[in-house]
Amino acid sequence: MYTAIVFLPLAGFLIAGIFGRQMGPRPAEVITTTFLMISALLSWVAFAQVGLGSAPATAPVLANWITSGTMKIDWALRIDTLTVVMLVVINTVSALVHLYSVGYMHEDPHRQRFFAYLSLFTFAMLMLVTADNLVQMFFGWEGVGLASYLLIGFWYEKPSANAAAIKAFVVNRVGDFGFALGIFMLFALTGSVSLDHIFAAAPGLAEKTVHVFGMDVNAMTMICLLLFMGAMGKSAQFLLHTWLPDAMEGPTPVSALIHAATMVTAGVFMVSRLSPLFETSPDALNIVIIFGATTAFFAATVGLVQNDIKRVIAYSTCSQLGYMFVACGAGAYNLAVFHLFTHAFFKALLFLGAGSVIHAMHHEQDMRRMGGLAKHIPITFWMMTIGTFALTGLPLTAGFFSKDAIIEAAFVAHRPAALYAFVMVVIAAGLTSFYSWRLVFLTFFGKERWAEDAHDAHGHDDHVHAVADDHAHDDHGHHKLEPHESPNVMLIPLYVLALGALFAGLLFKDYFIGDKMSAFWKQALFFGKDNKVLEEMHHVPAFVALVATYMMLIGLAVAVWFYIFSPDTPRKLAEQHRPLYLFFLNKWYFDELYDLIFVRPAFWLGRLFWKGGDGRIIDGLGPNGISARIDDLAGRVVKLQTGYIYHYAFAMMIGLAAIITWFMLGGVH
Amino acid sequence: MFGFGILSGLIILPLVGAAFILLLRGESEAVLRNVRWTALLTTIITFLLSLYAWSLFDTHSADFQLVEQKAWLGSGIIYKLGVDGIAMPFVLLTTLLMPICILASWESITTRVKEYMVAFLVLETLMIGVFCALDLVLFYLFFEAGLIPMFLIIGVWGGKNRIYASFKFFLYTLLGSLLMLLAIMAMYGVAGTTDIVTLLKTSFPSSMQKWLWLAFFASFAVKMPMWPVHTWLPDAHVEAPTAGSVILAGILLKMGGYGFIRFSLPMFPEASQYFAPLVWTLSIIAIVYTSLVALVQEDMKKLIAYSSVAHMGFVTMGLFAMNAQGVQGAVFQMVSHGLVSGALFLCVGVVYDRLHTREISAYGGIVKNMPMYAFVMMLFTMANVGLPGTSGFVGEFLTLAGAFRANTWVAFFATTGVILSAGYALYLYRRVIFGVLDKPAVAAMKDLSAREIICLAPLLVLTIYYGIHPGPILEACAPAVDLLIKNYQTAIAAAKTAAVALH
Repeated sequence: MYTAIVFLPLAGFLIAGIFGRQMGPRPAEVITTTFLMISALLSWVAFAQVGLGSAPATAPVLANWITSGTMKIDWALRIDTLTVVMLVVINTVSALVHLYSVGYMHEDPHRQRFFAYLSLFTFAMLMLVTADNLVQMFFGWEGVGLASYLLIGFWYEKPSANAAAIKAFVVNRVGDFGFALGIFMLFALTGSVSLDHIFAAAPGLAEKTVHVFGMDVNAMTMICLLLFMGAMGKSAQFLLHTWLPDAMEGPTPVSALIHAATMVTAGVFMVSRLSPLFETSPDALNIVIIFGATTAFFAATVGLVQNDIKRVIAYSTCSQLGYMFVACGAGAYNLAVFHLFTHAFFKALLFLGAGSVIHAMHHEQDMRRMGGLAKHIPITFWMMTIGTFALTGLPLTAGFFSKDAIIEAAFVAHRPAALYAFVMVVIAAGLTSFYSWRLVFLTFFGKERWAEDAHDAHGHDDHVHAVADDHAHDDHGHHKLEPHESPNVMLIPLYVLALGALFAGLLFKDYFIGDKMSAFWKQALFFGKDNKVLEEMHHVPAFVALVATYMMLIGLAVAVWFYIFSPDTPRKLAEQHRPLYLFFLNKWYFDELYDLIFVRPAFWLGRLFWKGGDGRIIDGLGPNGISARIDDLAGRVVKLQTGYIYHYAFAMMIGLAAIITWFMLGGVH
Repeated sequence: MFGFGILSGLIILPLVGAAFILLLRGESEAVLRNVRWTALLTTIITFLLSLYAWSLFDTHSADFQLVEQKAWLGSGIIYKLGVDGIAMPFVLLTTLLMPICILASWESITTRVKEYMVAFLVLETLMIGVFCALDLVLFYLFFEAGLIPMFLIIGVWGGKNRIYASFKFFLYTLLGSLLMLLAIMAMYGVAGTTDIVTLLKTSFPSSMQKWLWLAFFASFAVKMPMWPVHTWLPDAHVEAPTAGSVILAGILLKMGGYGFIRFSLPMFPEASQYFAPLVWTLSIIAIVYTSLVALVQEDMKKLIAYSSVAHMGFVTMGLFAMNAQGVQGAVFQMVSHGLVSGALFLCVGVVYDRLHTREISAYGGIVKNMPMYAFVMMLFTMANVGLPGTSGFVGEFLTLAGAFRANTWVAFFATTGVILSAGYALYLYRRVIFGVLDKPAVAAMKDLSAREIICLAPLLVLTIYYGIHPGPILEACAPAVDLLIKNYQTAIAAAKTAAVALH
């Protein structure tokens, strides 16, 4: 069964990829979607058996991959509670996104390719979460990176999409640089990369000081930080986050699947999976909590002022991933995974809802050109509202259980930076509520701003149409825009996700973080013996337990004031605090900064090495210089153009003659 | 077969084909067709014979196998052939790439077809000879003579600046090979034989090792090529015809690495240890420096050529890490690079044949009219980047893991190569394949022809296969590598004890 779960998407990818052009888009859609549905159903069965039931955790080996000296790496499927949780998240969202894409992408002439990529992504992600060793995890890790690259750049005629795709891959590679070094270091110290071996060796490494990169450091802290660098890249944490907002250039279903629900949570999964390592290094966990909290706050501030509907949700994702890392850093890995689980539902819902809005608006993404859509697309409106309730943590919705618990965990965490983290996530909770409601109000309430300038809007949505010149959809920009509700094939996934956003928290909280937790997780996560975060969480002061809800209400109130009652206030505020506004709007100027300190110097150095190093110095002093001397000496008597081969042959013959003579003489002795 | 073994067969077969081609007279189309078919069939038969040799090969043994020996010149020099698990993969790589090269030249070479095919067949003989030779002089003969057909291929069938390119190649190689010749003489002076098997068991005096090591290094570093003696490679690649580039990148670059494994490491262990930091430094510079240079290239072939230098940096780094992962990874990286860079040069050849330019800016958006080509190119680009699941990953990963055990700083700097390689490879792909298809000449290009698919398909299959199951290569070289490392460590330990005893 596990094999089927993992390899059905691969089969879908291969069929749609290889035969897609022959069989046309419809069969490709049907096959990939059906396979994913089966996988998703089986995943829930696995979840019931392994998580809720008592089926044992297994890790059957499929085949050997790499064997070299003491390094032995197998292809295996490690199935335990953590894996089945991820299986459920990945396959459910993926199946729904496949289904949704049938409607969303129906105008695109390259649908086969799109569905093939989606299935490829799903397969890679499944390989990642079922890995029994770090290298297979790395395989999935890079595989999802590839699929993400292909899907972000799906509309390949659009320069911004291509740039975003490369950026995503390269920034992720920066993280992978750390991940790879972490694997090498673990291998150098333990002689193995398989999880069970390194977990067994973890306590020993925690005490050990090693000399690495010219420093004497604690082995485990160094390893964890290197691995965490990989997690930062994949999960778009502060400093390595720049690729995620740009990744919104991809089709919206991709954003929902890859850049919200699954791939970006791989970092959280990795830290939780490696909890036996991280648990032994409080220093590393302190760094994790600092980065998580900073990201949660930073991304929320940027999200406040964005105008592109998808970018707001992207920064929200970034921020929520920060929350998950705060939970990891606090030592509450189950809480992190719980938030991952609930977040997958409501964030996928928000993205697909946004996709439905964009679809209705004929590929307009700028919220300044929306407004008043609630009565035109009521179902989408309600779905988005449910997603927003869950995200902002309305009591009893999914986000309420997971996000508020993280705030409590940050409060009781035994880390030097715990207070900082607590303050940051509390502020971020307020900001989250504000930008989420801002999105809803700007999109669905107020004046119908699209009605007045539908023609201008046309300039913003050239991407789809640049690709699909031949598709029949040419009615917008020429006619008055008429928002329309999406077809059922797109709405059904929204209903399912809305159920998850409303009830996933309530239904599963006992298993993930409540009373049934140890029976549920079994040995999948590791908690050190001093780790009492989960108990202490229940004994926090009342204000801590309530602060998240207060922040949510404040954010809501401000948003209502700004965007319903007094629409002029935000503009005035932005004018009054122009530097701050621009700072947020330009995402703290990270792109500009990185361009200045990394991208430009790389090209500059490349040119310097090429023209200066290779050209002037090496060639100038080497072959060209020598040839100039030869020319001088020979006075160009010898026609060089014809001579080299003969020279060479001649030199070799002389050499051979010499050597043979030498041996002949040697033979005489 | 006349008292010769299979390896001799592999060496002689291409020559037979070449002789047959020389017998064909005339320049008519029919004759040229016969020439092409003869060359193709010869290389295919050679490939099949090498597969037979592979089936006889015992992967559990570290010894030289299929050994054959004949007295030759005077007392010292013998005609002795044999392969171990390190040489065998290279023999197979050579025989595999040759039919592909012939096919790739099928239509693009129209002048002096006969001479061209003869040059390639002779080249095959010499390359197989390098990997099979078990006598130092024989090795030297094959090693140096192999460059002559390559000179001809670049010089006669090359591009505009072919004379400059072959001249550069010549200058670089000349110095190295003369030094190596001197070293060979000196080694004969000490050991009294040029039999490689005996030499492997000979221990040379420490002081002498350093000089011998440097002399060999001069030759191998140029072939590799290592920074800073790499500048001949981009020029040679740019000027060479497609098949010439494939062989250059696929096989000739591997001779340097093979030389290190066969001679430098086992015969001069103390010197190897002494000079390892030097090699590491040059390797790191090669990886970082040439990756950055690759980033700003405007010529497709130059870009891939520079990326080859970077990839060879991983090889030298892994070799001198001197542990199982490093050395096995280096062997694997060389084989994988042979497949991947060979395929990438074929890919460049595909569009070059259509548009007759290698300028990256002349292309753009060809995914639209050449989707199959775009897929193939994507796969090999990813293999070049070292994506797990392709053969490119295994070599990079193992060499880096090995390097980390030897020196963490080396691994640190070399791992930055994975970021940079993603940068230049995807930047190339974006400019050539993606974007808007707005150039009429580009839009008129047709997708891969059946012949091109036949050329690329085997490489594609092997790239994926070895990415998922690198076992065949790793297992084949494991015993030989283990023996190499064991002997190396024994030698180092012995040298240490000797040094201590002297004090």
